[in-house]
Amino acid sequence: MSGAAVLFDAPGPRARRLHRILTAVGVLLALALAWVILDRLIDREQLTAARWDWLLTGTAWTNYLLPGLFDTLRAAAIAIVLSMVLALGLAMARMSEVAPLRWAASIFVEFFRAVPVLIMMLFTFYFLSINQFTPSGLNPLIGVIVGLTAYNSAVLCEVIRNGVASLPSGQREAGLSIGLSPSQVRRSILVPQALTAMMPTLISQVVVITKDSALGYIILYPELVTSARRIGSAEGATLPAYVVVAAIFILVNYGLGKLAEFVESRQRRRNRSAGGVVQAGTATLGAGVVDGGQLMQDAAGRVHTNVGDAASEAAHRRREPRDD
Amino acid sequence: MIDLIEQAQLLPAFFLTIQLALWSAAFALILGTVIAILRLAPVGVLNALGASYVTLVRNTPLTLIVVACSLVLWGQLGIEPASRRLPDGSGNPDFISSLNFRLGVIGLSIYHAAFVCEAIRSGVNTIPLGQAEAARSIGLTFPQSLREVILPQAFRGAITPLGNVLIALVKNTTVVAAIGVFETAYRMRWIAEFRPADLMPGFALVALGFVILTLPLGLLVSHLSQRLAVKR
Amino acid sequence: MSSTSFRVAALAAATALVLSACGGDDDTGAPAGDGGSDSTSDAGAGAGDGEGITIGIKYDQPGLGLMEGSEPSGMDVDVAKAVAEKLGYSEDQITWAESVSAQRETLLETGQVDMIFATYSITDARKEKVQFAGPYFVAGQDLLVAEDSDITGPDDLDGRLLCSVTGSTSAENVKEDVPGVQLQEYASYSECMEQLAGGTIEALTTDDTILAGFAAQDQYAGQFKVVGNPFSEELYGVGLPKESEDCEAINDAINELWEDGSMEQIVEDNLGAAGYTPNADLNPPEAGGHCG
Repeated sequence: MSGAAVLFDAPGPRARRLHRILTAVGVLLALALAWVILDRLIDREQLTAARWDWLLTGTAWTNYLLPGLFDTLRAAAIAIVLSMVLALGLAMARMSEVAPLRWAASIFVEFFRAVPVLIMMLFTFYFLSINQFTPSGLNPLIGVIVGLTAYNSAVLCEVIRNGVASLPSGQREAGLSIGLSPSQVRRSILVPQALTAMMPTLISQVVVITKDSALGYIILYPELVTSARRIGSAEGATLPAYVVVAAIFILVNYGLGKLAEFVESRQRRRNRSAGGVVQAGTATLGAGVVDGGQLMQDAAGRVHTNVGDAASEAAHRRREPRDD
Repeated sequence: MIDLIEQAQLLPAFFLTIQLALWSAAFALILGTVIAILRLAPVGVLNALGASYVTLVRNTPLTLIVVACSLVLWGQLGIEPASRRLPDGSGNPDFISSLNFRLGVIGLSIYHAAFVCEAIRSGVNTIPLGQAEAARSIGLTFPQSLREVILPQAFRGAITPLGNVLIALVKNTTVVAAIGVFETAYRMRWIAEFRPADLMPGFALVALGFVILTLPLGLLVSHLSQRLAVKR
Repeated sequence: MSSTSFRVAALAAATALVLSACGGDDDTGAPAGDGGSDSTSDAGAGAGDGEGITIGIKYDQPGLGLMEGSEPSGMDVDVAKAVAEKLGYSEDQITWAESVSAQRETLLETGQVDMIFATYSITDARKEKVQFAGPYFVAGQDLLVAEDSDITGPDDLDGRLLCSVTGSTSAENVKEDVPGVQLQEYASYSECMEQLAGGTIEALTTDDTILAGFAAQDQYAGQFKVVGNPFSEELYGVGLPKESEDCEAINDAINELWEDGSMEQIVEDNLGAAGYTPNADLNPPEAGGHCG
């Protein structure tokens, strides 16, 4: 529901006055808060040039921030690709007619959705360090990737299943009626459509993964937060370094969020013009897209497969904030 | 195994995790609702404030927010949500642990409030325009239509996303290990450092604990959302 | 039809494996210079081929082992260079590798580094897995406090705010010795330094060398002092794989470094700005006795 226009009457004189007062109050409160914080920080000499001048030296960027950003993005990129591939396999297994396969996939998905990413990273890193299966230098990277992939593949698996469940039942029936087996129908008709529809979700999940890669600091993976710590050690400016790194995260993730929105709106336009059946999100529901389109998952991933028509399915599928 | 649970203090750690999750959930719900109201309000400035809060917080890693609570809120702004002295004037032996616990709750609440806000908004978004139009056309005033038509549906629509935020919150409590709260991730690390031979059983126990905490929550959420779903 | 789904799943799983393998390979093969992990993996390839030597150091400890770009600096680094020179390696034959605390034994056992200079204390538990040359230096757990602080040792800590790093033995020690202390644990020393500089926390504890390294930084000039009342002995050794035959040679090299005064010079160069001098009762240590 696109809110204001329908929710509220056009404001009359009294309402307009009230709005003006609220505006003033809002602005004043925001300014007051900012002023108190700035005043305090100036007081504590946090905003002096000496605390920040490292930022202008090239070496802070070439030695710490850029390599940190590179390592953050590298872990995120590898993790999203692996998660996607693994999620496809898991989704196929979870929808399979073979019961043991289904059970195994279900256990995998439920388990790794429950285990915090941080715990998974810690475990993988120390497990590899103790057992020496891999070169030690790679252990932090592997720890981060395993932690991110285990969780996100489980989440994406459920997204794929939801996508398949939200397709009109005619798609499946048509496939069966021309003599395809159920698994053929899934592979060549249902899943490809679900994948197209989940593009925006996938991009949003990249935001989650990028943020979560910051947990790699705990196993000393040299990503951005670790870089900030190293700047803190080398330059004696931990706090400014954290602020800069937070800003980099916000910029990168904001960009990704906007990209997801763009892809989603383009898909919706295309679907409408082609009278397409696949709907990415809650297209029938006005401004269904919560901005940034981050994170979605149906009720803890359980799908209502027996609801037939696309519109009601779409209504059941909500985009919702889910983040770890 | 029992030995490990005791030495690594896993039970107190999980108790702390639950406490962190409950307090943070309560505060995040309040803060998130306030921000959602700001974002739905017909006043441009308030919208912008709510939107910038969500954009800034949601795109920042939780680790940084939690560490900022300790380094900035406590270290720089001098906000100390725990008392150094007991009422009788003697030193508080639990000062640091209760301080870190509360700073952790603040960090978790700030972060998850952004997601609560989006959950509530998405709940409102599930309502077809026709519902509001119909309410207005039969002559309900704005408060009436909000109370009788919009909010009940929005609440039901938001159950799933709110539940998911709660589940995520339970798992995210591990992040406050960064400021020295002795919860499960801290203990997991302790096992890895000081009892490396027990890494496997330690991980199994911690993982099992989180499965026990989150699986019933997930079932409850999906049960509720199916029962309360608005059939359209 | 069931076999088809199995096949699909197997294919997907195989693809995942292949892809993950590719991911791993990429990283090993990536050129050095884009982060710590890569230089370490390069080191793995370089170790033991007879032409150069791979030395593990800390990358994030000012005054001891700090990597800025590709330039390492610090006391451990300088000692490592001097010892390597006496073993016949010139500076450009040295490959530096990061050795974080949790991985030091592993790095040696798997031959990924040839020796480690990284505030590596000689302990019996570690000697079961690796051998130590040295000690080349004796440090001790101490306190870093503000220049005008009245804290003179662990006894003054009761009820005070002390900072240390999660999972470190220093933290565990203090908890045992001074039960009344309020111990704040962070993931790294940089957070502790921030809080100490802001006056929120009153003392930071770990090895006195590490403390001096922080206090010697330009940004903190004149702000902090190392209390100078160490309450433990940390014998810094040179970590070597069990099968290494250089142990005695390194001991000789270390003794020479102390005899000709270059060791004092190294300490002065790296930690002198903090007014730090080695504990005269314990230094110079007699290198030897921890080989094999």
